[in-house]
Formats: sequence, structure tokens, C-alpha cells
Amino acid sequence: MGEFMQRHPAWSVVLTFLAAVLLWAIFAPWPDGLEEVFGRKRIFLNAVFSGVTLGGLYFLVASGFTLIFGLMRNVNLAHGSLYLIGGYLGFEFSEATGLWLLSFVFVFIVVGLIGVVLQYVVFRRMEGEDLRQTLVTIGLSIVFADILLWIWGGQSYTILTPDWLSGPTKLPVISSIKSNGEVVYLSYPAVRIAILAAAIVIGVLMWLALNRTRIGMLIRAGVDDREMLAASGVRIQFVFVAVFAFGAGLAGIGGIVGGTFQSLSPGEDVRFLLASLVVVIVGGMGSIPGAALGALVIGLAEQLGSVYAPTYSVVFTFLIMAVVLAFRPQGLLGGGR
Amino acid sequence: MAVVVQASSVERRPAWYGRVPSAWWVIAVVALLMPAVTNDFILFQVFGWALILGMIALSLQFLAGYGGMVSLLQMTVAGIGGYGVAILGTSGVAAISLHLPWWIYIPVAIAIASLFGTLVGALAVRTEGIYTIMITLAIASAFFYFARQNYVIFNGYSGFNLVVPPHLFGVDWRQPMPFYYLALACAVLSYLAVRYVARSPFGLALQGVRDNPRRMAALGFNVTAHRIFAYTFASVIAAVGGILLVWQNAQISPGTAGIPAAIDILVIAVVGGIARPIGPFVGALIYVLLRAFTPDVLTAFGMSGERFKLLIGIGFLVIVYFSPDGVLGLWDRWRASRNSRVDPLTGGER
Repeated sequence: MGEFMQRHPAWSVVLTFLAAVLLWAIFAPWPDGLEEVFGRKRIFLNAVFSGVTLGGLYFLVASGFTLIFGLMRNVNLAHGSLYLIGGYLGFEFSEATGLWLLSFVFVFIVVGLIGVVLQYVVFRRMEGEDLRQTLVTIGLSIVFADILLWIWGGQSYTILTPDWLSGPTKLPVISSIKSNGEVVYLSYPAVRIAILAAAIVIGVLMWLALNRTRIGMLIRAGVDDREMLAASGVRIQFVFVAVFAFGAGLAGIGGIVGGTFQSLSPGEDVRFLLASLVVVIVGGMGSIPGAALGALVIGLAEQLGSVYAPTYSVVFTFLIMAVVLAFRPQGLLGGGR
Repeated sequence: MAVVVQASSVERRPAWYGRVPSAWWVIAVVALLMPAVTNDFILFQVFGWALILGMIALSLQFLAGYGGMVSLLQMTVAGIGGYGVAILGTSGVAAISLHLPWWIYIPVAIAIASLFGTLVGALAVRTEGIYTIMITLAIASAFFYFARQNYVIFNGYSGFNLVVPPHLFGVDWRQPMPFYYLALACAVLSYLAVRYVARSPFGLALQGVRDNPRRMAALGFNVTAHRIFAYTFASVIAAVGGILLVWQNAQISPGTAGIPAAIDILVIAVVGGIARPIGPFVGALIYVLLRAFTPDVLTAFGMSGERFKLLIGIGFLVIVYFSPDGVLGLWDRWRASRNSRVDPLTGGER
């Protein structure tokens, strides 16, 4: 951070100013003139919070994608299928047992095992052939999509929120001030707050695991130089399998989250694959903080766009991606590869 | 090396028709006489469609096989070509279509699509290898969503219908037989163009760029410009394919250039084999035959006819898994093994 400020003083001033404006817009009550131009503050706040929550979901899905890519150079285009598999399995599990929290564990293990099988049976045999691996993942995504359509059909499913998380919660953010001086606070679905908190916790845990533990050290070393790590006696295949299983499991968990606050249907796999792609391209390939930043930017852009320019909200995200590509091809936080 | 080859070939060079392998003559005769032996469905829906998909996949083959750039953009370029014809020409949506004459809207549609392909190519060549796949996939889906949301130009979700080829020279080109010959002519022309360009100085330099961009840059070639021009050339072929596709379906909607369609083009090119320009046509024929006849076969075996996607996916997986160079690679290897069985003493040479 300090280094960035030293190198780009002008940009840091601009970014700090923008952040301050955003914080002010979120926390301070809006003057009447602003509300006339931008509409009610409640709408803006809802869009911002939905954007951040959506960013949390994107982060869950994209972090596994970027981790797998960073370590194995494998663009797993079947990642969206893993997301959808996780969602459907979570739906079935929580329908059958009624235990929403336990379905996360169940799905993480099952989809992680699918990841182990994929890595062990398929990708290990074509290591170093990036293009062929990518083509295989495309084939897998076609097959998975059709099998899922076969089993679960074309209708959409929503995973029920457990009782203790349903209903709104009050946030210490001022939504508006009534004429009699009474302050109205923003209320927001509790489950979304929980999901956002979980995404942040997972992100922090991942960062800690990557930067403070031995296995994290191995993974970072593998990202930098795979051959050298293998040559120094590390059984890199185990690291690969572990990372692939973890990334797949995260995608599966993302499926439950997405199924809880949106819905699951055929086509969602492609949607989330694209979201992960854009997030990772914007944030920087193989970088976990990059995935977090990219997910936040894309989530916010999508939600704010859908409120203020509903027709072209989807195009917004791709526009951001094109701009990033044109001016910073390695991504906002990507290394100079 | 090149000088030696030229010197020896000047000595006794057979006439051009003698240098074409006999297998090609057989294919040419079969292709030309096809309308005499098949019905309209086979002609229009199977061979016409296969030739069109083959052309679009051929543009991908050129980029991937000679340029080393796997682009999922080709279906989008084709879609823009098709949209161009629908918007500039005549369609069922009279409020948007401009009703220009055919000699304006066809070249302009191709030019717009090529310009789009070039611009996106200029963006995509900033990246390499798998990054190119990701970026072109993202841009292709961006176009899909844009076309689906935009009602002013692209007429949104429903797209355009009743887009038919112009009546030229007293022929209705949408009748199965004229359309088949039109598609065949376009496909053969683009095939020959790819063959020619691949051997031209530009094509050779492009293959050099594919194999070792650093060395080519050191030799003074403009690596980026070669790659971008490869996108332009491929876009022209894809645009022609797209226009034919619209004429065949008589309609275009965002789904025509959707992500599944883009991936289908990749599947076609890879299954056929991206090493040679004939591969995409082989792949397209396999794809179209599978698509046209697997529902019947699957129902005959007591399964639901909708599972043809599964079959295509599994076929694609098997091909990629066992033969990275596609069906053509299998064929080459089979011939090589047969030849080496014939004469084992000389070590496989004949």
C-alpha cells in the first residue's frame, strides 16, 4: 500500500477521494438535491449492499478458479459445472435433512472429491499441455451440463433459508431521516449479511493459510516456479490434488450460497463460469487479493448497473473487463507475467 | 532449402490438374453430383449446414492452426455478419432494417464484421495461449448479452426473421439445390484462400510467429501486426459463413452467437483437427450428422432423444483425450501404421 502511494501519488489521491465519497454516500444522510438526481438513498444502499454480497459470492467461486489456475496453469472451464453440482447437491441434502449448515460440509467434501478425481484421472495425464487441458474442461462442462439437465430437469430450484437466518436485520446505516427527525436505519436480509461475513472469513482464512502456513508456502512456491519446487523434493502432485479439491469444494459451496439467495437452473453454470473469468481477468490471474478486488468491483458494477442503467447492466461488467485488459492486461493486482 | 526445391520442381512440373491428388477429384465429383442422389433435407439441412459450420470453424482453424491463437470469437464475428445482413438488408422487422440493395449490404456486413474481429483481435493479441480463450469467450458472451438487451439495433431477444438471400440471376438461392451450390462455392473458395494464404509469405511468417514469436520479432517481423491481420482474414471467412447461416435459417437471434454456439465451433474444429484446413469440414460433417441423426438412434435404443449433447460432449472428450489432433490425426496415424506394416524392413518408410 505504502509502496503504491509512493509510486503513484496522483492515483492514490484520486482513489482515496473516491473511497471517501463512497463512504460518505453510504453512511451520511443524503441532502435533498442529491436525492433528486440519484433517487432515494435506500435504493442506492440496497444496490451497494447487494453488490457487495454478490461480490462475496463471486469471490467464493472465483477464488478457487484463480487458485487452480495460478498453481496448475489449468483454466478449469468446468468450474461453473462444479458450482451447479454443488448447488443441486446442497439443495437435495438440505431438503432431505433440513440441516442447511451441514449441507456446506457435505457439498464441500463431495465436490472436493469430484475435484480429486478430475485432477487425478484427467489433468495429471496431460500436465503442461495447457490447451489440451482447457479443451478437456470444455468437454467436461458440456457433459456435466447435460447430465445435470437430465437429473434435475429445466426448472429452477431455491434452497430454503433456515429459520434463524430468515427475515431482515437492522444495520447501523442511515437509510433516510423522516420529516419529524426520526432516523430510519437500513434493514437487510440477515442471510445475505451472514453470507457476506462468511465470504470475508473464508477470504481472510485463505490469505492466512497461504501466507502463514507450510502448505501455503508450498502453494506460493508452486505458483512462482513449479519445476523448481518439484526438483527440491516436494511431492507436488499431492499439492496439486489438494488445491484442486479445495478450489472445487469452494465452487460447490458457492453453489449452495447462490442457490440460497438466487436460484439454481441450467445455464447458471455458464453464468458463474463467465463471472469467475471476468473477476479473475479484472483482478489478476492467480492472485487471491485480486480475486477479492475483482469480485467486489464486478458485483458492485452489476448491481449498481441494474439499478441505474437496467438495460445494459450485463454489458457494464464486460466493459470494465475490456478497459482493464486494454490498460493493464495482467489485471489490477496481477503480477507482471 | 527453398531454392533447391524450386530448382527441382521447375524441371518437370506436371500441369496443375495432375498435381491435385486423385482423392480430391473424387470428392469434387461427389460434391458436385450430390443433388442428383440425395433429397432436399440432406442437401439443405445436412450438407448446407455442415459447409457453413465448416467455414466458421475454418476461420478458427486458421487462427489456431497457423497462428496459435485459439479464439472463441469466430461465432460472434459470424453473428455480426449475419446481423449486418439482417439490419442493412431486408427482414421481417421492417422498422429496423434499412432495405439497402444486395451489392451494398453484403460487402458492408462483411466489412463491419471484419472490423469488429480486427478490433477484438487487437485486444486479444495482448495475451497468449489460454488467456486468449478466456478473453475471447468473455467478449463473445458480452456480445450475446448486448444483442439480447439492445432493442434499437439488434431487436433484442427475438432478433430478426425472414432474412433471405436476394433473388439474383433469376434464381431463388434459398431453394435447397441453389443454396447447396452457393454454400459449396463459398466453402471451397475459403478453403482455397486459407491454403493459399498459409503458403504465402504472410502465412509462413504467421506460422513462424506461432512457433517462436521472440525469434520472429528479432528477425524484424512485426509480431503483433501479423497476429492482428490473421484475425482480420479469419473474420472475413467467418462473416461469409455467418451470412450464409442467416440465409439458411432465415432468422437470427442472440442465441445464434451464444456461448454454446461458440463452443460448438471450437468442438467442430478440434474434433476435425486443427492442423489442416480440411479438418473443420470433417468435424462439421460429423457434428451435423450426429445432431441430425442421434435423436433417432437414441430413441431407437430406448433413451431420450435430447441426450445428443451428452453424446457430442463425450465424443469431444474422447477425441481430445486420445487424439489431440482430431479425427484427421487418427486417420494419419492409421495410415502410417498401415504403411509401416506393409514394409517393415525399411523402417516404416513406405
